[in-house]
Amino acid sequence: MSLAQIIANLPALVVAIPLLLSPVAAMTPVAGLAWLLAVLGSGAAFLCALLLQGAVTSGESFSYFLGNWPPPWGIEFVVDAPSAFTVLVMSGLAFVATLFARTALLAEIAEADAGKAYAAWLLACGGLSGLVMTGDAFNLFVFLEISALSSVILIALGAGRDRRALIAGYNYLVIGAVGATFYVIGVGFIYAVTGSLNMADLAVRIPEVPQTTVVMVGFGFMMAGILVKAAIFPVHVWLPAAYAFAPSAVSSLLAAIATKAALYVMARIVFDIFAGMPEMIGFALEFVLVPLALGGIFIGTILAIYENDIKKLLAFSSVAQIGYIALAFGVSTTAGIAAGFIHIGNHALIKGGLFLAVGAYAVLLGRRINLTQMAGLGRRMPITTTAFLICGLSLIGLPLTAGFISKLYLVRALLEAEMMIVVGLVLASSALSVAYLWKIVEVLWKPAAVIAPVREAPALYLPLWILALGNLWFGVAPAPLVDAAMRAAMQFTGGM
Amino acid sequence: MTGSVVQILESWNYLVVIALMMGGLFIVISQNNLVKKLVGLAIFQTSVFIFYISVGKMAGGTAPILMDGADRLYSNPLPHVLILTAIVVGVATTALGLALILRIHAAFGSIEDDEVLAMKAEAAEPRARRGDDVTGGGA
Repeated sequence: MSLAQIIANLPALVVAIPLLLSPVAAMTPVAGLAWLLAVLGSGAAFLCALLLQGAVTSGESFSYFLGNWPPPWGIEFVVDAPSAFTVLVMSGLAFVATLFARTALLAEIAEADAGKAYAAWLLACGGLSGLVMTGDAFNLFVFLEISALSSVILIALGAGRDRRALIAGYNYLVIGAVGATFYVIGVGFIYAVTGSLNMADLAVRIPEVPQTTVVMVGFGFMMAGILVKAAIFPVHVWLPAAYAFAPSAVSSLLAAIATKAALYVMARIVFDIFAGMPEMIGFALEFVLVPLALGGIFIGTILAIYENDIKKLLAFSSVAQIGYIALAFGVSTTAGIAAGFIHIGNHALIKGGLFLAVGAYAVLLGRRINLTQMAGLGRRMPITTTAFLICGLSLIGLPLTAGFISKLYLVRALLEAEMMIVVGLVLASSALSVAYLWKIVEVLWKPAAVIAPVREAPALYLPLWILALGNLWFGVAPAPLVDAAMRAAMQFTGGM
Repeated sequence: MTGSVVQILESWNYLVVIALMMGGLFIVISQNNLVKKLVGLAIFQTSVFIFYISVGKMAGGTAPILMDGADRLYSNPLPHVLILTAIVVGVATTALGLALILRIHAAFGSIEDDEVLAMKAEAAEPRARRGDDVTGGGA
């Protein structure tokens, strides 16, 4: 098999490998072996994504026809700049989270459940990759549900430590299913007037459809469904509880990759499928998405300031950060979309890292933690806490960290689009986010009753440091990330 | 005026879809019982199945099987296939939801009301905290 042949099959492999390994993991009785399968699956997916990104960087874009049925009849997997970038970010973070999971997940779930837990883990990874790769609007719904149901299982596994995880899982199941069903209703409307499900084909057909009202209704339903999945204010309500009560390793996996996939899908719907209806898109972005994004930024940040449970605090902060990404997409210029993709990558690094650090604390302390119990941890666990601090500084956007690059490009895009008020709001919210970060940092170095250092486990802090160094690396040398994001944005706007 | 009313009544299957859709969604939102919520969700999803199949139906169309000679009108088979997939997804969702409800019942002794459950959970926390080792342990 030549290299070209292998590359031609990569779009399917990046999704198929985790999905196929999942039932094997479910049947594995030994926890370590199941973990090894998960590492194998997510590592192989990461490798595939790297090769795909390499191919896309050299200017190629190609698609894979499942079952060799040509589109628009068959299901097509599309590899272009936006999808390759998003899959690379997601599979990379999933791989690091899987490395971390070995110690962390077993600390919070029963060993007998480990095989099934890793099966759900692999399903979630494969489902979310499929969500990004697919070029078929209905196939997207199937991947949406694969990833949602497996995430629910993973969240509910937190019940071993706190039974509220069950309710969080149930709520996510119901809210997520309603969201996904909204999406399907939208696809139904669009299918009724176009007779097609292939995204590229839809993009061509939609401008020619005379029944614009039906297209608008379909667009509205599809967007409503995806907004739920992306946890955009005010339909973010499932997210804080889900992230807070899930096992720590699961929190970091979901925080890093789950909402990113949905945000990518949103960009795909707005800038690709419905690109032929610029007036409708312009209205939806300006009067719906941007206000909701700003609402999310402020509500998320303010709730984070008043929250005492550390994982919930980070989850509220995620709501705010998702708001930044949605806001960037809402600007809808090339610079704006690029800023959105840059923050998809950077926020995955930041929030993945922060949740890993909290996971490391939780493993060593052996329970759920709120802020008061974190007192003095900076002295007891300096290695973990330093990495936590780097990710935290990146979150608020300090120069030389990845978060700064995100904010820089976002503000620059807003200035270019002459949205001065929004610039002010973004800067104000960044200042507010210093408040909750400072709250954590203050507690971490507070003198506490116990200051005996804890022996920190490399299995916990090495994956964390990979992400912390990633935050520094992409803060100092952001060129590869920015270039990839720019290419993704140009693909959508045609280089405007 | 009467023409449009007749037109609406003729597409009565869509009225059924709308009624089921709104009813299902209302049950999901308004019910406190977790099982009833799932029932609402199932009704909501079923309305979408009917919607798709209605879209695929051609008036006077037959099953899409090629036959000699006749130039027939066929119904669109694709929505049926899509809905077969969606039904499977719906079954999986319901099954997982029911499994979760079983676990919730075992853990809380109630499946009645989100807020009651939340209160029970809050009340359970301080008890658990008293038993915890505040100083924490080694790796």
